Amino acid sequence: MRVASDLAKCQGYGNCVAIDERHFDLDDDGLVVVREEHVTQEERDTADEAIRSCPVAAIWLEDVR
Amino acid sequence: MSDHVVIVGASVGGVRTAQELRRLGFEGDVTVVGEESEQPYDKPPLSKQLLLGTQTEEEISLLGDGGWEAINTRAKLGTRAESIDIDSMVVSLSDGDELDYDALVIATGVRPRSLAPGLTDLDSVYTVREMRDSRALAARAALGPVVVVGAGFIGAEVASSLRNLGAEVTMTEALASPFARVFGREVGGLVTDLHRSNGVDLVTQASVNAIEKSGDQTLVRLVDGRVLEAATVVLGIGATPNSEWLENSGLKIGDGVFVDAGCAVLASGFGPHAEGVYAIGDVARQVDPGTNKHYRVEHWTNAVEQAHVVARQIVDPVATPEPLKAPYFWSDQFGTKIQMVGRPHESTSVSLHHFEAGGIERTAALYAYEGRLAAAVTFGWPRAIAACRSAWRTGTPVAEVLTKLRDLADRAKPVSA
Ligand SMILES: Cc1cc2nc3c(=O)[nH]c(=O)nc-3n(C[C@H](O)[C@H](O)[C@H](O)COP(=O)(O)OP(=O)(O)OC[C@H]3O[C@@H](n4cnc5c(N)ncnc54)[C@H](O)[C@@H]3O)c2cc1C
Ligand code: SF4
Repeated sequence: MRVASDLAKCQGYGNCVAIDERHFDLDDDGLVVVREEHVTQEERDTADEAIRSCPVAAIWLEDVR
Repeated sequence: MSDHVVIVGASVGGVRTAQELRRLGFEGDVTVVGEESEQPYDKPPLSKQLLLGTQTEEEISLLGDGGWEAINTRAKLGTRAESIDIDSMVVSLSDGDELDYDALVIATGVRPRSLAPGLTDLDSVYTVREMRDSRALAARAALGPVVVVGAGFIGAEVASSLRNLGAEVTMTEALASPFARVFGREVGGLVTDLHRSNGVDLVTQASVNAIEKSGDQTLVRLVDGRVLEAATVVLGIGATPNSEWLENSGLKIGDGVFVDAGCAVLASGFGPHAEGVYAIGDVARQVDPGTNKHYRVEHWTNAVEQAHVVARQIVDPVATPEPLKAPYFWSDQFGTKIQMVGRPHESTSVSLHHFEAGGIERTAALYAYEGRLAAAVTFGWPRAIAACRSAWRTGTPVAEVLTKLRDLADRAKPVSA
């Protein structure tokens, strides 16, 4: 799986970073940065939790084609 | 494992609990009872994006594609829970229904305080808690001056949004320094400046005596004799937990419903717990096992975190609940993000720091208790609050946090927009 984001939606609330610093960071504009796209099976739960913590659904997981 | 979970309250806490139960593989029945007849929606945008018109009602829906069916949940909307019997494990509803539960999740939130009974029945006096409030206020922005009573977060956001929509806005505050209750004087002053420089008329030491209609005008009478004229009045004077329906139920109630670290509700008197009863979100007063203090938190992130805790406890009652997370809050006012972690009122000192990062002025307030970070508030600097959130968790010394922020500011790239 890999992480995808929609910067137009992101509000810089930072909940994703607070839960999963491996995959998410914020830039100086206060927008989410996907630090690492790839999500392994072991990382799945944490990444999932980070995604569900986003108040505006600006990040999600998608299948790698 | 429980067979029937009844969730009372169909807002973010309640809906997230149902979603999380299914995600964890819960196979029993789930019923959500909600007093509002609207399909569930998110509340923070009511004073911001929805009021401003930058988000639509569909965009703030809390249910995903597929609605209730997708989470195999029965919804009884427009229905109040009126009482529970904790011995026979039954909850009684306003439509006469009685539901047996194996687990009951109380997620009834809070409601805005009013100054006097019947006041919000006046067609020009509003509070902001439901979709219809936001809808109505957006339509009133063009009708003339607005008086916001109470300089709290929701009032401040409404002031900001209505200013943006072109309304003349006056905000009253009973204390000498607005926003001081949560932030303290110094940091409160920054919020005050933000409002004043954006044209909000802030009237301090202004206790409201009465609000009345006079023809087309609504008059806000202050205790000291001043009178403010408005087309619309918005009350932002805090909120009360929706826990009256639980009185005499044998649960421990007192400015909220007392819960343990796993969100299980404590029984009144000396009983340990009410079997299968949990409470989460704005209505819950939770113990911090580290300090034995109870906190009731009216923030979105807390409701979601507790929804996850409660779902896990229901599916696996012997699981050890995760430790409480850092209390976290955001607010958007006049295009500035104000973000807070921790509990400023538990600090003994605060220091204000101004930085230039990426060509933009940024401000951070660091609150200390015994030299460690007790709380932080940032203005327009999401990246810094993220750093403060992780510093709060590890009890980092304030001096170290400051070094970290300086480093972030120095390394910041020029901001694009
Ligand atoms: C205008 C506004 C702006 C906000 N902005 C922010 C923000 O910027 N950042 C932030 O962190 N937080 C913000 N919040 C707070 C955040 O929205 C709340 O913390 C969150 O909604 C709490 O969720 P909850 O599910 O506990 O309760 P609520 O959202 O209050 O929902 C409780 C629900 O239960 C229902 N109910 C009550 N009693 C009964 C009963 N007896 N039977 C059945 N149903 C019942 C109510 O009708 C309501 O729908 C804001 C809140 C408002 C109102
Ligand atoms: S939680 Fe959502 S809104 Fe907040 S920074 Fe992450 S992606 Fe952006």
